[in-house]
Amino acid sequence: MTLPDAETLLAMLAEQIRCDGRPSIALVGIYTGGVWIAERLHRMLGLSVPVGTIDVAFYRDDYKKTGMRTGVKPSDIPFKVEGADIIVVDDVLYTGRTIRAAMNELFDYGRPASIRLAALVDRGGRELPICPQYLGAVIDVEQGRMIELQRDDAGRLSLSLAPPAA
Amino acid sequence: MIPNPQLNEEGKLKHLLTIEGLPPDILMQILDTARSFISVTEQEVKKVPLLRGKAIFNLFFEPSTRTRTTFEIAAKRLSADVVNLNIATSSQTKGETLLDTVANLTAMHADMFVVRHAQSGAAHLIARHVGPHIHVINAGDGRHAHPTQALLDMFTIRHYKGDFTHLRVAIVGDILHSRVARSEIHALTTLGVPEVRVIGPRTLLPRFVETLGVQVFHDMEAGLRDVDVVVMLRLQNERMNGALLPSAGEFFKHYGLTLEKLARAKPDAIVMHPGPMNRGVEIDSAVADGRQSVILPQVTFGIAVRMAVMAILAGN
Repeated sequence: MTLPDAETLLAMLAEQIRCDGRPSIALVGIYTGGVWIAERLHRMLGLSVPVGTIDVAFYRDDYKKTGMRTGVKPSDIPFKVEGADIIVVDDVLYTGRTIRAAMNELFDYGRPASIRLAALVDRGGRELPICPQYLGAVIDVEQGRMIELQRDDAGRLSLSLAPPAA
Repeated sequence: MIPNPQLNEEGKLKHLLTIEGLPPDILMQILDTARSFISVTEQEVKKVPLLRGKAIFNLFFEPSTRTRTTFEIAAKRLSADVVNLNIATSSQTKGETLLDTVANLTAMHADMFVVRHAQSGAAHLIARHVGPHIHVINAGDGRHAHPTQALLDMFTIRHYKGDFTHLRVAIVGDILHSRVARSEIHALTTLGVPEVRVIGPRTLLPRFVETLGVQVFHDMEAGLRDVDVVVMLRLQNERMNGALLPSAGEFFKHYGLTLEKLARAKPDAIVMHPGPMNRGVEIDSAVADGRQSVILPQVTFGIAVRMAVMAILAGN
């Protein structure tokens, strides 16, 4: 199957957020792909509030099954969450569990005025009542396969389909 | 090869008993995870839900303020339920054996034991006898090991120096009685520090210490020359029964860290001490409170490092 061009989807996301016309928004990217997208959106939209980054490892609901994974990144929320209008940014939206974890983590920093969700790709398969307000594309992928976001040295984003896990 | 009692069948860390024999990637995983736990302290709610519903027992058969308190804070920040056993009022004083104490606490659904004991090997003994779902952390056993102290020192060194592979590190003082020194030497060499020095009088250095891969100095000024990190050890008065030293004053003269002696190290060298400090015995107040001292940051980092150890163990 051919996947859509990530740069085109990114431009669509930026346009949707711009059209929404909220005065002051704060972006929070989820590691790793979501952080790349949030950084690009931040520049494209000329936002003043610095980008926050989140690694949801400490809030995941599958820790009991999978344990602590390696390579956890420090979360960094460089703005006041209390009263902020936040857009959580992720690359691929799937079960919704990552977003649930991200929201729980954000609430431990304070009570935001609102949280909205931007995703480059929605692959369906939701297990929680979560849906994106800003979305690049809906893609149908068979279960067990992963869509991955890559970034090349020039900073260009692209999507690829990982081979089925052995 | 004898299997490492700390690792499970998949080679993952099940207990933390000693640094000796652990591969560098496990040490680095702990340090990386700890770095991420630092940011939890910036949250308004300084807690993450990882160990919610787990019961952690702090078994301290030997007095400790810093280690026990930071383990307790670490466990609470992971949302675990923590029980501190006050040994002075425990049934051990009524004659119960160590393993019976542990068996009883296991019957109370313990998930993890943090053990401090004056006897070397106490944590190993417990680890050998607990059920498969229980994890044991050695918080100091006799003269043997104090792995979380070594790890928090490695975290501190990495925080200030960035990398291990170009460093010269000196460990100074009572190496003989120090479980910190032993764990520290194993951690430094495992992580690739090219030059580890130990400095102390002959009576306070273990025989054959050089077989651990360290250089031995009896003259402090020579030993401190051009080092990046100085690790001072506490003069362990309570472990010193014989006549190993003429006096504390004499020790300070030769091995107490003063600004004059520290001037031999690199200008940006950091000074560490595992605490508790004997000011005027192994370290001068001007150094302990000086610009090169990172003794208090060590304590803060200790919380994140202990969170990382607990979170990794409980997940394996």
